[in-house]
Amino acid sequence: MAKITYIEHDGTEHVVDVKNGLSVMEGAVKNNIPGIDADCGGACACATCHVYVDEAWREKTGTASAMEESMLDFAENVEPNSRLSCQIRISDALDGLVVRMPESQH
Amino acid sequence: MSDPSAHVVILGAGHAGGTAAALLRQYGHTGPITLIGDEPIPPYQRPPLSKAWLKGEADADSLALKPLEFYAEHDIDFRPSTRAERLERSAQLVHLADGSTVHYDVLILATGARAIALPIEGADLDGVMFLRTAADAERLKAAVGPGKKLAVVGGGYIGLEVAASGRALGADVVVLEREERLLARVACEVLSDFFRTYHERHGVTFELGCSVVGFEGRGGHVTGVKLADGRTIACDAVVVGVGAAPNDELADDCGLETARGVVVDLQARSSDPNIFAIGDVAHRPMPIYGRMFRMESVPNALEQAKQAASAITGRPAPAGEAPWQWSDQYDLKLQIAGYAFDADEILVRGDPASGKFAVFHLKGDQLQSVEAINAPPEFMMGRQLILNRKSVDKAKLADPSVSMKEVAA
Repeated sequence: MAKITYIEHDGTEHVVDVKNGLSVMEGAVKNNIPGIDADCGGACACATCHVYVDEAWREKTGTASAMEESMLDFAENVEPNSRLSCQIRISDALDGLVVRMPESQH
Repeated sequence: MSDPSAHVVILGAGHAGGTAAALLRQYGHTGPITLIGDEPIPPYQRPPLSKAWLKGEADADSLALKPLEFYAEHDIDFRPSTRAERLERSAQLVHLADGSTVHYDVLILATGARAIALPIEGADLDGVMFLRTAADAERLKAAVGPGKKLAVVGGGYIGLEVAASGRALGADVVVLEREERLLARVACEVLSDFFRTYHERHGVTFELGCSVVGFEGRGGHVTGVKLADGRTIACDAVVVGVGAAPNDELADDCGLETARGVVVDLQARSSDPNIFAIGDVAHRPMPIYGRMFRMESVPNALEQAKQAASAITGRPAPAGEAPWQWSDQYDLKLQIAGYAFDADEILVRGDPASGKFAVFHLKGDQLQSVEAINAPPEFMMGRQLILNRKSVDKAKLADPSVSMKEVAA
């Protein structure tokens, strides 16, 4: 279980507990947090679950796979700390994680 | 025109219906929402049933669109295991199978599609299965494993995904296809050949151009598939994946306009202004192609859920989209954008033998569709090119040394 803070583009914060094994994307979708669309449900096929990982957490969330990098390359407003949230698995080590949402997923 | 206190009744608790309920709340609808489904569980994702879930890489929790508590917490009256029998439009009533009725101000039909059954001998034997619901997937998962022989009838996407997952679970897999090539209705020959070779390399056997005439059984359980040429293919289980038909009977019976699906506009509204239809059951306009058709895909279900929820809550309609879908088989990620309507040229970018390539379908110099294998840039830029209808420089498109960003520039 990890406490995750999702911050919408307008600054609205949502703090929720997410079960280990789920992805950061699933934590948002299952709690009806707006701003992460995740059209493909986590298949790394759509790039609509783009988030910015808080600097302090970049190392712990790991690095993007080649497929993820390639999809991210075509998302809007990509930054060095951009990730696809369906590719980040929740574990105790991510307790306290903070991610921010881009203005739009499309 | 929108009424935030309206009672919205959603028939069908699949990906489309479940998403529409959640979006209505997200978009500020405060009136009652009733979500009626004939399955015993809350809305879930179907795509993993033939992929990650079948292989044991996803559990029931991760399949669910939202946890069960979500519906009560958001004041959505979710009624599982409930079937609608009839619509009475003049009184705005849904008649349920138990004899009770539900009154609606706004009705959303999200009844989906069902797997087409083969009207042949032995089709009701145990072990002859479809893959449409979570319950179907449970049965299939229990029936395949090391040493088991699985026969798949139909070489479309569902059939190929089941074949790949069956191999991953250690089963022997044979795919029986009526046409002379795989994916005959949905993809070009380049892709058919590629998938055939790839599956064969992973141990799948194919019987192409073969006609299935019946199933043989012993003690009520399937033991083989009978072919028109007299052969019988022995097996322990069969999955029939020969397409789906829309569940549009409720609409048809009450006089809504249908055309193999409920006819709707770009707001997902049917010929009755109080009734919407979304997802696999809808026959909808697609402006980029100037035509109407029915789609069976999650992105379409989501898009139409947005259209209906926007119209009901008085929000502007979502921007136009290019339809897309995906498939996972082994380590292959197939991403498809658009449909190859009226295409007069096929252009392959990259070498299929490398396992990373894309097939573009053009009409003149306009891109109609792209099928990308392990090639996200081709998919992502292709989708944009399909949507904005720009003319494409074919020489650049065919040259993998020119980046897709440059092609689209």
